[in-house]
Amino acid sequence: MSDVKYTDQHEWVRVEGELGVMGISAYAAEQLGDIVYVELPDIGKTVSQGDEIAVVESVKAASEVYAPVSGEVIEINDALGEAPDKVNEDAGGDGWFLKMKISDPSELDKLMDESAYKTFVEGLG
Amino acid sequence: MRYLPLTEPDRRTMLEAVGVSSVDDLFTDVPKTARLESLIDLPCAQGEWQVERALTAMAAKSMSAGSAPFFVGGGAYRHHIPASVDHLIQRSEFLTSYTPYQPEVSQGTLQALFEFQTQVAMLTGMDVANASMYDGSTACAEAVAMARRVTKRPGAVLSGGLHPQYTHVTVTLSDYAGFKIKRAPASPDGVEALEDLIDDQTACVVVQYPDFYGSITDLGALAEAVHAQGALLIVVVTEIVALGLIRAPGDMGADIVVGEGQSLGVGLNFGGPYLGLFATRQKYVRQMPGRLCGQTVDADGRRGFVLTLSTREQHIRREKATSNICTNAGLCCLAWTIHLTLLGESGLRKLARLCHERAVELAEALSALDVIDVVTPTFFNEFTLRLSRPASQIVSELAGRGVLGGLAVPRLLPGEAELENLLIVAATETNTDEDVAALVTAMKEVV
Repeated sequence: MSDVKYTDQHEWVRVEGELGVMGISAYAAEQLGDIVYVELPDIGKTVSQGDEIAVVESVKAASEVYAPVSGEVIEINDALGEAPDKVNEDAGGDGWFLKMKISDPSELDKLMDESAYKTFVEGLG
Repeated sequence: MRYLPLTEPDRRTMLEAVGVSSVDDLFTDVPKTARLESLIDLPCAQGEWQVERALTAMAAKSMSAGSAPFFVGGGAYRHHIPASVDHLIQRSEFLTSYTPYQPEVSQGTLQALFEFQTQVAMLTGMDVANASMYDGSTACAEAVAMARRVTKRPGAVLSGGLHPQYTHVTVTLSDYAGFKIKRAPASPDGVEALEDLIDDQTACVVVQYPDFYGSITDLGALAEAVHAQGALLIVVVTEIVALGLIRAPGDMGADIVVGEGQSLGVGLNFGGPYLGLFATRQKYVRQMPGRLCGQTVDADGRRGFVLTLSTREQHIRREKATSNICTNAGLCCLAWTIHLTLLGESGLRKLARLCHERAVELAEALSALDVIDVVTPTFFNEFTLRLSRPASQIVSELAGRGVLGGLAVPRLLPGEAELENLLIVAATETNTDEDVAALVTAMKEVV
């Protein structure tokens, strides 16, 4: 999945045409522990790269999730309302958070690819 | 370690750091006329019994609620608290940390909180209640803040029938947080057109039930109008005993119900500590302020209690917490739960009926006097009278005749000519036939 990009805040974004699907990385989900709630934004919300876009709550902590790129939220993963544990089970798949219309594709260049992210995570010890 | 919070060198170091030469220099922004130049002239230290005698003599100058026929309400009500409540709250099992930070070790405290929450939810007709707030007015302000989080809108509409002190607290806590608050004019007759004040920026409409003047209205139509605009209906209850008799706000479409719990278990207490009640719909629980106790099972499947959804709270969520309240009114909420449990459902209904009957008797006797109008069309245990001259004068003249006859509206809403002659009178089960007769007789003399 070479079209997946990662931020240093552990969000991923997969480009599908002019849309970006995003979520948090399996590493982040594992670090957070059992995820019990994901607070997703309203559809139509416009964010800039790095803005807070969602909140993920595990049994011990609540953490902000940041927009990997700028754009408009066009779809959210409603299934997480009933089953937030999907994020733990399949962070890069069924555990996706939302889809956004990417307003500036050049921002993707600032993000890490799969192997760079892997190296980054290994560096975190 | 010496028991000296600050030494002289400590003070000097701190003063040097901020660049002033003395502690007095820190107060130069306070006008000189507002500052005391020396200590207040108080008598020197005296022995314990001398102090007791002096203070007892001073206290005897006050007329206390229990020493006279008492008809004052306006947000705090004199009810009989059974002696068993005080006895039970002092049991050693409850004398542990009131807001447990290692909650699981205090199962008894948590179970009491869970039962309290259950009672509040049932009484208000809501899905979920928290483990209490400081008092009714701060709970009201927190409800407004919560409605803003839920709707992401900045506006709040406050009914003219909301207790003036609740209005003040809500405005104070909202003013610097960017809320836009609209206040409807005072509505002693219980009629107001709040619908006209709602727009697409309105997060919530706040109404009191029964309202400050005692009036009870069906909130169903208002709830529909509020919801049609995408806003929330917040219902404030200052006399919680009323819910033993009248329809629960939750059954009329309320989204958040807050209240003052003082009537049960707590007592008048010179104005505090009181007990804030807070209940809402399940779907809004993550935006709720305060501590929340939940029921669960342990590893062996046994029932247990925990503090739950703590990620809303300040110690975990920091500046993004739903509120900066980090505690609850533990002792008062325990007393409330014990009192309500002793009453039971039928006892609460009976108590509410007694209060209402007393109030009806009183209203009938007073309205028989020519110069008095009862302006509240429908009420529970409190109603408003229009007198022929300023209510504050009447209250002092009644007090001169040994009767604490009610709350003069101008005391809380001064400077409004049309409210000057309004007197709010409350009755509870503690008012005897003799008390009612004493008020009617005294009122005949003074009006």
